[in-house]
Amino acid sequence: MSAVVPDESGLPPLRPPASENGLIGVVRRRYLLKLLVTREISARYQGTFLGLIWSYINPLTQFCIYYFVVGFIFNLHAEIPNFAIHLFAGLTVVHFFTETFGAGTRSIVRNRALVVKMAMPREMFPVATMLVSLYHVVPQLVILTIASLLSGWTPEPVDFVALLLGLLICGTLGLAGALFFSAANVFFRDFGNIVSVFNNFVRWGVPMMYSYEMVDDRFGRFAQYYLYNPLADAVLLFQRAFWVGTVDPGHKSVAAMPDHLLLNGAIIVGVSLLILCVAQFVFSRLENKIPERL
Amino acid sequence: MATSIVVENATKYFTLRYHRTFKEVAVAKAKGRPTSETFKAVDDVSFTVEQGESIGIMGLNGSGKSTLLKMINGVMKPDEGSILTRGRIAGLIATGAGFHNQLTGRENLYLNAAILGMTEAEIKRKLDDIVEFAELGHTLDGPVGHYSSGQKARLGFAIAIHVDSDIFLADEVLAVGDKPFRVKCMKKMRQIRKSGRTLFYVSHSPDSVIKMCNRVLVLEKGRLGFDGDPTEAVHYLRYDEGDDLDDEIANDI
Ligand SMILES: Nc1ncnc2c1ncn2[C@@H]1O[C@H](COP(=O)(O)OP(=O)(O)O)[C@@H](O)[C@H]1O
Ligand SMILES: [Mg+2]
Repeated sequence: MSAVVPDESGLPPLRPPASENGLIGVVRRRYLLKLLVTREISARYQGTFLGLIWSYINPLTQFCIYYFVVGFIFNLHAEIPNFAIHLFAGLTVVHFFTETFGAGTRSIVRNRALVVKMAMPREMFPVATMLVSLYHVVPQLVILTIASLLSGWTPEPVDFVALLLGLLICGTLGLAGALFFSAANVFFRDFGNIVSVFNNFVRWGVPMMYSYEMVDDRFGRFAQYYLYNPLADAVLLFQRAFWVGTVDPGHKSVAAMPDHLLLNGAIIVGVSLLILCVAQFVFSRLENKIPERL
Repeated sequence: MATSIVVENATKYFTLRYHRTFKEVAVAKAKGRPTSETFKAVDDVSFTVEQGESIGIMGLNGSGKSTLLKMINGVMKPDEGSILTRGRIAGLIATGAGFHNQLTGRENLYLNAAILGMTEAEIKRKLDDIVEFAELGHTLDGPVGHYSSGQKARLGFAIAIHVDSDIFLADEVLAVGDKPFRVKCMKKMRQIRKSGRTLFYVSHSPDSVIKMCNRVLVLEKGRLGFDGDPTEAVHYLRYDEGDDLDDEIANDI
């Protein structure tokens, strides 16, 4: 490829074929990545009349269902002001994670036609899935921003930092999980199912249907262990970004938000990056056997 | 002349698994039956190819030709030994490129070309040539799932041949094409050979191998049985002394 350094005779060097692998190889081949991402996005809405509008309809309807069922029937509106935003901020970031993890896990098996015959960094597929999920976060952020502004939110720089940290945590962890499990899924398709089951649990392990105030209240000093769940922190970061600004600062649900949220978020991003490195290492170990087992 | 491909003691193991589910494996284990078997698809193969050589690969079905090509283009890595190559590699493995059946021919064209290392500008520049070479007409904008194997081979060959590669691999590509297309491919491959690119050509046809290649490797159950002159290779394989009747029947196909 273009980065090849010619040896003395002006020829490219003798080296193992397809040696430009790994996430670094993915970054080098951005055009291919772009093709994979745009293909995936257009494929999802292919043959639909409404096209990309569906990427707004889906989260909006899900939001409404949760809002009415959980909000009114279980009467959470009373305890959590602007419950809709509280929930939707969590849903957005959690959905980004579960999509990246779930679809990423299936991505290599789904692209078997390419994987068994063409030489390319196979990390390309989980990474493309992550970017597609990120693309679908955008309409949700738009809905969230409009709803928050209408509820009296004044954006501050710190809100953007919180937003970015939340996305980084979910993107990195989702990708790391997708790398681990997409390779494992080639050997036993059971792993795809395990990930689906796991993703069902995720929604209940984060403070979006209930508030962190309740966790703090019921768990007492154990509430800090709850924060060891990085996804819970990502949700709190998103709520810090959108929901906190819409609530009266003196309200007890805001006062109960954990301290040092941004600092913890930054630490978790660092740890997530380390986990991603481990995932890459495991992936390249398993990768050799992938084409023959597909 | 520089070396183009160096294969040293390359060995590839495959494992055949007779049972997939936990229940099946447990039952087989309980009955003392083997659950899997490992064999060498490519067995301690060594050779060196100079740039500009055109190599024919021959051997019966299942002798490891496609596996060897997959290791040369980097889809698989040898379990033992090493393989080194110089420059860009393009070509078709196992009678066809990797295509997505749901995507149209055109979408697959872009994707495939990008995987083979073409840049966006390069694809734009060569698009017309590729489309013209493939001669698929309107079919190009239909899903590849509806293509015949010959049409898939056309598209795959058209893309691969337009990559500025230093090594070109062709694995039984011509087996499924119609005659006009085969002629076109042979002409194109002759051009490749003349331009000094390395050619790796798998075929069961002694005539085309003798015409196309200056050296032939014969694989026998994964081992390199013969390495040398094409005419001698055909002799070695006894493809030239078969019954006249056999030949006639084979040629009729
Ligand atoms: N992924 C795989 N898993 C197990 N065995 C395989 C796999 N791919 C090929 N084989 C076996 O390896 C041998 C060599 O295959 P191949 O290289 O495709 O042969 P050829 O191209 O010479 O016909 C065959 O016996 C084939 O069944
Ligand atoms: Mg073959």
